[in-house]
Amino acid sequence: MLKSLAVGASMLALLSGAALAEPVKVGMITTLSGGGASLGIDTRDGFLLAVKQAGNKDLEVVVEDDQRKPDIAVQLADKMVQSEKVDVLTGIVWSNLAMAVVPSTTAQGKFYLSTNAAPSMLAGKGCHPNYFSVSYQNDNLHEAAGAYAKEAGFKKSFILAPNYPAGKDSLTGFKRLYGGELAGEIYTKLGQTDYAAELAQIRASGADSIFFFLPGGMGISFLKQYADSGIELPVVGPAFSFDQGILQAVGDAALGVKNTSQWNKDIDNEANKAFVEGFQAEYGRLPSLYAAQGYDTANLLLSAMAKADVKDADAFRAALEEADFKSVRGKFSFGPNHHPIQDIYVREVIKEGGVYTNKIVGTALTDHADVYAAECKM
Amino acid sequence: MSLVLIAEQVLNGLQFGIMLFLMAAGLTLIFGVMGLINLAHGSLYMVGAFCAAAVAGATGSFLLGLVAALAGAALAGALVEIVVIRRLYAKDHLDQVLATFALILIFSEGTRWLFGSFPLYLNVPEYLSGPVTLPGGIEYPVYRLTLIVIGLVVALGLFLLIGKTRIGVQIRAGENDREMIAALGIDIGRLYTIVFALGAALAGLAGALVGAIQSVQVGMGEPVLILAFVVIVIGGIGSIKGTLIGALLVGLTQTLGGIFLPELMKIFMAPSAATSVGASLASMAIYVLMAAVLIVRPTGLFGARA
Repeated sequence: MLKSLAVGASMLALLSGAALAEPVKVGMITTLSGGGASLGIDTRDGFLLAVKQAGNKDLEVVVEDDQRKPDIAVQLADKMVQSEKVDVLTGIVWSNLAMAVVPSTTAQGKFYLSTNAAPSMLAGKGCHPNYFSVSYQNDNLHEAAGAYAKEAGFKKSFILAPNYPAGKDSLTGFKRLYGGELAGEIYTKLGQTDYAAELAQIRASGADSIFFFLPGGMGISFLKQYADSGIELPVVGPAFSFDQGILQAVGDAALGVKNTSQWNKDIDNEANKAFVEGFQAEYGRLPSLYAAQGYDTANLLLSAMAKADVKDADAFRAALEEADFKSVRGKFSFGPNHHPIQDIYVREVIKEGGVYTNKIVGTALTDHADVYAAECKM
Repeated sequence: MSLVLIAEQVLNGLQFGIMLFLMAAGLTLIFGVMGLINLAHGSLYMVGAFCAAAVAGATGSFLLGLVAALAGAALAGALVEIVVIRRLYAKDHLDQVLATFALILIFSEGTRWLFGSFPLYLNVPEYLSGPVTLPGGIEYPVYRLTLIVIGLVVALGLFLLIGKTRIGVQIRAGENDREMIAALGIDIGRLYTIVFALGAALAGLAGALVGAIQSVQVGMGEPVLILAFVVIVIGGIGSIKGTLIGALLVGLTQTLGGIFLPELMKIFMAPSAATSVGASLASMAIYVLMAAVLIVRPTGLFGARA
């Protein structure tokens, strides 16, 4: 009796498996609560917008909140791989969470498509055939800022970043292409909100410009206090402190600041127009860089699904490598370590009809790849 | 390193300390009078900042924003005391920690539900923005000077309130012997609600004042809360005077440590290693200070309880 039931059940399972075209299940782990929630919410909304626009019934997305905690992210990844049986994971915003999740996920044969975090460890020696970064390599925007500072003729920059791995990568990335002298180099405390002491040092240092990488609330605090300090030097930074989500909270203090990004809403191509208009219609706000990265990631995945079956890992990987989708950034291709080769722009913060936003004013780097690709063997 | 820079950093340290005092004063009162560990104190700081940002945004007046912060935080404090905290006085500290931790989560998600996940805009009013030149050629933001003055005025007011008024006598009596003052016919429940609301209002004021130069966002209170606990442990739990001195010590140590330790390290090692090691040492400095104080005076600088 038991045996026949079991046979019946397995027959049914076979039947249902055969009835459907091979669907792809995506697990999205991202930050939806706590201080960093706006980044994860934008990532999710951008991703889901692309899924909705494609109308592909074979793509199923499960979204979970990692609360910006590595331990929770690891638990969620285990749950998604083992009980939800997802084929692809994506969505992590923070590099420390990505380091906790990505290596074990790819080791289990799953694909991981990064919508944001791309630490150097995963681009060089730790690269993996099943790991793709759709956003950038972490150093890229900082390198572009360094290149811009050099081109703008800054000779004595004061640079600062939080004292954690991404902060160190940031200052290293800036210095790689900057080449000038430094008026000072400071590592601030991660999560620091008062920059009075640093501003006093900047004032005393005789710097001719400032580069800073202070993501999220740290950047808002720094810019407001900078504007109030009376120091008037050109400021350069990566896009993270000037993103759509936080510019409104900074206000006038950000106007005129140059920042580097691989995307902006005024890049002129069909895909970007459809994205920016679709995003505003769906959510009633302007999209951010994180939303654009989520949107591109979903479209990359959809393009691979059209070409190959996710159960055939080699074919699916080859389809992903082709990157045959219309990126909102325009040109987009993967380098040998599965990180993007792309242009990085210089943007300026402007006020447009009462809303603070960015405008592209130049190109910092063309067809830029990362320096770690040479170390990647796969 | 010029004298002007050092003087400016001392001012920065003072200003940071004064803001910590506003936050820690409520915490120490609540702990001293009711014996309650209130982890949700940081949430009241956030409530103040959000009230100020919402009202200042709607009316365009920073002063109205401050009033709203005081009122909103006091109201939230009184409500929380009546609904939740009241049930915790008789419980042990672990239960209090659990319940007030739950309050942090409720406040955070509630705020996100009301205001969304994006940081709010709150800025320094026009008449207080920009720097002013002090004697000696120090350029210093007017707003930060204002913060120092407001903080000192509040501190003075608090000393007078605790030392010279009837409610102050009741609060001090409540710290020493709560059964006795209940037996003397004082409504201890009402006293507790007032103390809690007062502490909440101070936290809300700090949140609103600091929110104008920082980021008004969900979760902004928790990092400050940790420092506030360090302050009250250094100052001695329950002592307003200790809290003021503890707050200034922590503010100065944090600010000056962040400047001088990396410079000091440069004597021994390469500049880039020195900044990194110095920054790490600087973030430890206040905990080293706390440990040192506790070794010499186990109950804190002005702690009464043995």
